[in-house]
Amino acid sequence: MVKVLEFLGHEVVFPRRQTCCGQPMYNNGFHGEARALARRMIDVFEGHETVVTPSASCAAMVRKHYAELFAGSDTERRRAEQLAARTFEFVELLTKVLEVDFRALGARWPGSATYHYSCHSRDIGLTDETIRLLSRIDGLEYRPLERLEQCCGFGGTFAINYPRISGEIVRDKVACIAKTGAGTVICSDAGCALNIAGACHRLGVDVAFKSAAELLAEGLGLLARVERGA
Amino acid sequence: MTEHPLHPRLPFDMKPRAALAAEDALLQQFIFTATHEKDRGRVRVCQRAFGERYDALRGLAGAIKQHTLDHLDSYLERFIDRAEAAGARVHFAADAEQANAIGARIAEAHGCRLCVKSKSMVTEETGLVPVLERLGVEVVETDLGEFIIQLDHDAPSHIVTPMIHKDRRSVARAFVRELGAEYTEDPERLTRIAREHMRTKYRRADLGISGANFLVAETGSIVLCTNEGNADFSVSGPPVHVVFAGIEKVVPALRHLAVFLKLLARSATAQEQTVYTTIITGPRRPADHDGPGEVHVVLVDNGRTEILRAPTRELLRCIRCGACLNACPVYRKVGGGHAYGAVYSGPIGAVITPLFKGIENYPDLPRASSLCGACFEACPVKIDLPRQLVWLRRESVEQKVTRWRERLMYRLWAATLERPWAFGLARFLQRWLLRWRARSRDSGSQGQRESPLDPRWMTALPGPGRGWTECRDLLAPPSGTFRKWWRSRGRGAESKGGGP
Ligand code: SF4
Repeated sequence: MVKVLEFLGHEVVFPRRQTCCGQPMYNNGFHGEARALARRMIDVFEGHETVVTPSASCAAMVRKHYAELFAGSDTERRRAEQLAARTFEFVELLTKVLEVDFRALGARWPGSATYHYSCHSRDIGLTDETIRLLSRIDGLEYRPLERLEQCCGFGGTFAINYPRISGEIVRDKVACIAKTGAGTVICSDAGCALNIAGACHRLGVDVAFKSAAELLAEGLGLLARVERGA
Repeated sequence: MTEHPLHPRLPFDMKPRAALAAEDALLQQFIFTATHEKDRGRVRVCQRAFGERYDALRGLAGAIKQHTLDHLDSYLERFIDRAEAAGARVHFAADAEQANAIGARIAEAHGCRLCVKSKSMVTEETGLVPVLERLGVEVVETDLGEFIIQLDHDAPSHIVTPMIHKDRRSVARAFVRELGAEYTEDPERLTRIAREHMRTKYRRADLGISGANFLVAETGSIVLCTNEGNADFSVSGPPVHVVFAGIEKVVPALRHLAVFLKLLARSATAQEQTVYTTIITGPRRPADHDGPGEVHVVLVDNGRTEILRAPTRELLRCIRCGACLNACPVYRKVGGGHAYGAVYSGPIGAVITPLFKGIENYPDLPRASSLCGACFEACPVKIDLPRQLVWLRRESVEQKVTRWRERLMYRLWAATLERPWAFGLARFLQRWLLRWRARSRDSGSQGQRESPLDPRWMTALPGPGRGWTECRDLLAPPSGTFRKWWRSRGRGAESKGGGP
């Protein structure tokens, strides 16, 4: 992601004091803890023009829940809203804000790929942006995924606390992926990728996982191409 | 399962039922096919009818309901006034017991023996039927699905399509056993057998019971939406009609029905409209050639005024369309509604059941969700179900329903995340541990697929990791990290990266 953004001429900064947006705490009902982490994040990113994350899940947390956590204080809520307004998921930033055309930039990535539409992408209002982006990459053959809109069953601690249910859900996802015959799955949410890749490995479906950022970096020749097992 | 599917022993544990359902391939297939088709169908018909405006229409429907709930007292009063002016008798039941007692009193007062009943979730909730049966009233469910469920001594597992978990064969067997019918799996003939049976009941029935899809404050009317016309038979034949309705069913005026009727059938069953939509205002008037001489409306609270509190109020917008059930990946995998151990299942059930019956009695329901948001997207009145689930989780933490070990773990985790040095140390330890474990345990059997990133897969983890590896493997983290790479570029301690 850094390489792609720099390639596009942007200055990238990584505030090293950042930790976590607090989503696990928020989702599991530990809102006091989530609020403290949110406060940290707002401080850490203060003064930066645009905040970008490869994961829709983190973006969704900042955009949809930060303001709610500070419902009690106007000043803090306003700061939360300001951060939310300048926080983007990577593909969202590329397609909706920067409107980059990768074909014009000569991106080339020969091979077949399908795309996992994560639930948090839906959460922040993304639909087929990644798919359209993939269609602008030379040589890439996009294979549509059946039941694209269905969750992969990750859900954070849900996957650990309810392994049977979660396992059945991800099994469906793996079956749909296998059906596409694609060599690579584009999946930008780390949680989903950990889950689906783990289930693919368990079920013997041999497919590589990449985030959109990795694929673009490879396509632009900024990163050596990795075939399997990442 | 000897326990009642919808009224189990409390506290209820969802896992055994979910596990049983996971083994049942046929059940999985029924539920998947039915819900998936309805969900896709909903999207298709709504896109066709509303296009870009689908979202706005859901917003409007939600806003109308929300407004009504914000002024529920005055709309209920208006409904009561208008309904009584039209000749109906309106009763108020604070809880299930009172609701059933009112029903029983009416049945007794008229010496009723045979009741034809159309579908009503509220009466399922209050447990009305057994109460009437104890009084010696025979109750016949006239909704085809509910009828079959009743014959088979089963319980509904979906709020709209109650027999989603059953197939034709089990229906055929029940008909042979209970009605003495000839064995057939032909749906048409099965329907005909049921119809014949019901017709004889309709003719003799002296009590009709129904639910209500909407109550209209402006006119005091009751609105019933069905596909089989059974509600119309149930309410127009017998001399007495008793309507059971939750207090949240009210809408301000007839013109608002236009919005809800557009959305209800499309969301529920991917139909443009239900086949029958009936608006009933009071009992039969002199010029009418049929209709009951007496109409009673029982307004049921049964925990609803508690939900009316601000943070959960939106839940009462629900029009019981079942779209959230059809969209839910969890509902699909746990074998439908019975896994929720309550009358309302799926996402809406997972939220309102703990509110009705106590979180401590249903600790799994808010937790057994990936919070994927498919329900929110499907809901015609835009109830933010994932957010409500999260709020219930917060309640679980605050009421200490969540176990202390888990509470401690999250607090420690959060404390680590608040301190960059601790976060760094934790990351280092986690990576080291996982890589060490991957090397020592699994690499021999699973690590053949070497790649430059050195993947190592773990197939069995101890402790909390066991849940993960029960159905999937875990990849050990690679040797390099982003932070290391960032540092290696050597641009300033705090932040800047190099140019292109
Ligand atoms: S919560 Fe929404 S989608 Fe679910 S049954 Fe109620 S109205 Fe329908």
